[in-house]
Amino acid sequence: MTISKEAVWEMLNSIPDPEVPAISIVELGVVRDVKVEGSSVIVDMTPTYTGCPAMKMMEDQVKAKLMLEGLDVKVNVVFKPAWTTDWMSDATKEKLRAYGIAPPDKLSFENLHPFAKSDKGPLKCPFCRSENTALTSQFGSTACKALYFCNECRQPFEHFKCH
Amino acid sequence: MTLNDALKEYCLRIADNSSILAHRLSEWSGHGPILEEDIAMSNMALDLIGQARGFYSYAATLEGKGRTEDDLAFRRDTREFVSRNLVEQPDNKDFGTAMLRSFLYSCLSYLQFRALMNSKDETISGLSAKAIKEVTYHVRHCGDWVVRLGDGTEESHRRISNSVEDLWMYTSELFEQNEVDALLVKEGVAVDLNTLKQDWLNLVDEIFAQAKLTKPAEGGYQSSGGINGMHTEHLGYILAEMQFLPRAYPDAIW
Repeated sequence: MTISKEAVWEMLNSIPDPEVPAISIVELGVVRDVKVEGSSVIVDMTPTYTGCPAMKMMEDQVKAKLMLEGLDVKVNVVFKPAWTTDWMSDATKEKLRAYGIAPPDKLSFENLHPFAKSDKGPLKCPFCRSENTALTSQFGSTACKALYFCNECRQPFEHFKCH
Repeated sequence: MTLNDALKEYCLRIADNSSILAHRLSEWSGHGPILEEDIAMSNMALDLIGQARGFYSYAATLEGKGRTEDDLAFRRDTREFVSRNLVEQPDNKDFGTAMLRSFLYSCLSYLQFRALMNSKDETISGLSAKAIKEVTYHVRHCGDWVVRLGDGTEESHRRISNSVEDLWMYTSELFEQNEVDALLVKEGVAVDLNTLKQDWLNLVDEIFAQAKLTKPAEGGYQSSGGINGMHTEHLGYILAEMQFLPRAYPDAIW
């Protein structure tokens, strides 16, 4: 069978991120390019973090989804340009917030200094929007998230780190 | 030495450092002093394994003999490892030593990746642009702990001061270079580590000042030779554990 590029993108957009199912792998920004030649499809993907254990699962899901449509699939892992949270749209970030994860701010290069003091002010709680929050740990349940606590609504929450 | 051989060797160094330090950090999985630290150390190990995979895969491609990233990580012996002696040092389950070891290494790794983002080699610059964001967090996280322990209780200060005494002798070696570097620096592929030394010292001094820690006096014994395959006794034990499964069951796949 043959298929259009747009149809492939649409199919990929229905695959949820295995760790954050509120958004799709396309919204996450890991699908970089789709090439279609007849019934062969090449999907370029880039990892969020180099050691992200969900990467293999995302690749497998992409292959499974497209193979079920009778397509011949190849996944290419590309490292350049490096994935950044800036590729997530505002709508995607709002989905994260609604899911209970404080979304990333825009990446600034000052953030890339290990001892940089953030000038962005406190992080807002995704539940009650209070700014009375505190960092619990730089590392959360996945490599891409940090742990916070809201002193107002007394809820722990995760923050998708700027990356 | 051809440019290709030098590049392969350079990638192996980064990959070996990452994978050995990742092994040391992963020894803490399930044994962290508090849950958040257990998670943090496992996460840092995971980042490093990811970096190692990228650089091992590239080294395997450059070598072009059909070896894979797994062959390079699991089928080479101690004398073939070109990692720095710092990363193989044991922490004897002392959390401060583990944090300090990662801090000292990550400061250099951060500076190196920052420079390598401009490497003329596309794969190196791509992998570095990815890795630097991860390593920035490692420096920040481990640096925080060095400060907390150094400027903490009498016991924590005493213990991390001992860790400084134990690990400092492995710091000059971080900057050792050989003909691999000379060739690659000339080609704009690698960074001359001598140009990073002052920046590294500044990062360390900033944290040590906050942590009320003093650096050991200059002129003490310094370890040497990791990039030429000369290691301390500890690397062999790490490899014995890390490589056991693929050596005992050569057909095992992930």
